[in-house]
Amino acid sequence: MQNDDLLRIEHLKKYFPVRKGFLSSAGAGKKSDYVRAVDDISFTLKKREILGFVGESGCGKSTMSRTILRLIEPTGGRIIFKGTEVIGLSKRQFKPLRGKMQMIFQDPFGSLNPRRTVADTMRQTIRIHRLASNREEEASLIHRALEEVELKPAEQYWDKYPALLSGGQLQRVSIGRVLVLQPSFVIADEPISMLDVSVRIGILDLLLRMRDKFGISFIYITHDLVTARYICDRIAIMYLGKIVEIGPAENIVHQPQHPYTQALIAAVPDPDPTVEASQLPIKGYVPMTTAQDLQSCRFFPRCPYAENGCRAELPTMTEVGEGHFVACTKIASQTV
Amino acid sequence: MALLEIENLKVYFFTRKGPAKAVDGISFKVAGNETFGLIGESGCGKTTVAMAIMRFVKPPGRIVDGRVSFDGSDLVALNAEGIRGLRGKAISIIRQEAQNALNPVMSIGKQITEIILEHEKVSKDTAWARAKRQLSLVGISEQRVKDYPHEFSGGMKQRAMVAIATACQPRFLILDEPTTGLDVIVQRQLLESINELKTKLHLTSLLISHDLSVIAETCDRVAVMYAGKIVEEAQTVSLYKNPLHPYSKALIGAFPSLKGTKRKLKSIPGAPPLLIDPPAGCRFQPRCNYATQICTSVDPEIRERDGHRVACHLVE
Repeated sequence: MQNDDLLRIEHLKKYFPVRKGFLSSAGAGKKSDYVRAVDDISFTLKKREILGFVGESGCGKSTMSRTILRLIEPTGGRIIFKGTEVIGLSKRQFKPLRGKMQMIFQDPFGSLNPRRTVADTMRQTIRIHRLASNREEEASLIHRALEEVELKPAEQYWDKYPALLSGGQLQRVSIGRVLVLQPSFVIADEPISMLDVSVRIGILDLLLRMRDKFGISFIYITHDLVTARYICDRIAIMYLGKIVEIGPAENIVHQPQHPYTQALIAAVPDPDPTVEASQLPIKGYVPMTTAQDLQSCRFFPRCPYAENGCRAELPTMTEVGEGHFVACTKIASQTV
Repeated sequence: MALLEIENLKVYFFTRKGPAKAVDGISFKVAGNETFGLIGESGCGKTTVAMAIMRFVKPPGRIVDGRVSFDGSDLVALNAEGIRGLRGKAISIIRQEAQNALNPVMSIGKQITEIILEHEKVSKDTAWARAKRQLSLVGISEQRVKDYPHEFSGGMKQRAMVAIATACQPRFLILDEPTTGLDVIVQRQLLESINELKTKLHLTSLLISHDLSVIAETCDRVAVMYAGKIVEEAQTVSLYKNPLHPYSKALIGAFPSLKGTKRKLKSIPGAPPLLIDPPAGCRFQPRCNYATQICTSVDPEIRERDGHRVACHLVE
């Protein structure tokens, strides 16, 4: 393990059983099949790095983030945080690590308790993790965190209930709540998709500042390649539970290799009205389930370049540039 | 001649805390075969404009003033029966997250024929034949006409909504955030089929969105709304290349792109105002970098300037 690796994920898997038959919703019936939400994902997150995971809904990006934080238990694989294997730790052993690996959720209106004031919300975090030894220390921690997320002057927000704050301000409170814990890395799951256009960049800039000032690493989960490019150092593209391409953000955007990445980029509308929309290179929709154990490329049914070889084998990661990997059988055969 | 002309439209919601001026005196014209974009953040009143055109505003909301002329007649003055004759027939709307607007216990075909039979004197067989044609027009196989909404994916449901909305070949189509909640690839596929339909059916449309790039790709003219008012209106290219109002400038400056070299973006400080108690003078003034004395006291009138209509004291 290299020194600046903060988090290493190896062959992470999360399968959800699909029960079929009578009373299936009640839990009866056979476990005949699985939805492979996360299927054999490996990557490393470096210190001070922002790594983006981009994919369409249902590609498993949110399941992956929940699995990494052990909000749900993985089916298989290893999660190594600062050299410690996280899977298998008991609740008590895990608790000190929990504060170091945190999450910012998509919906700021739903992720804050409406009956707690801003200060109460943050106080709860501080007490659960025993970060302060007395009231003054507690108050100064809250004060500092609020100022840090640009809710200034802090006194003005102290006793406010979430109903009185805008979406952008609420998301800042969520970030502040995470910040008091001084985490090593934070998973931000679509943190701006529910916010107004004019305040989105403000939140992204805040995340960038957290990285620069406190050295926090981020995993940024999004369906929006454009904002991922804005804040990420590296981007991973996910399709049906697998990473199909991963590399430096600018490489992914300007020299996409995987046909799926190319399609994603072609589909993004451009905010310049003089630019003609480019043709979408793929047809059809994301298949509804991935229940069968496909020993082939997941993207091959929609791929414009697919050949018989793509059906026969599971693509493995090939390096096509510095730190730029693609899972495509055809590209692999060309580079050899 | 303009097909749709809105003059000084005001829609207020009468709440216990006082009237919320969701749409406060806006005017614009949409010419035949044109696609007109209405852009703004959530809560700026853009959906209320659509609701007012369709006469869907319900208490505590009320159209308090203004005219909505469609093909010469004033929609605001029409009685209930008159407006029912137009809805779905001459003017159709595809609403935000339209997937949820489909009836889950009625087949897609049934939902298309329902609107045809309501407005036209045709046999059931003809209506079903037309339903099939509508589906293939939006890229869904005719064989799925008897399928129910749960058998469709999100993108297909949205297409089915387009099929329903255009079943009676309306002249005017309102698209209210048609792609919100869809993935980019599905969004692109939907926009492509809407564009195709527009040419085939000679549709005039009003597209409402918060997404600058969706507007850029589809609209001929665009109006920027802020807190219930239009702050700037112009040809799309001109507005994006040479925005005059500080809010339009800031919005465009805050929008990231995939093309070119990465540039630093600037967010707009603060948040949009509450419509119950909007700031005095220009409504954007508390967030505006250029605000002066006059901005805080006098509400700017909309004026012509370089082919733009703009409401700002600072634009000479």
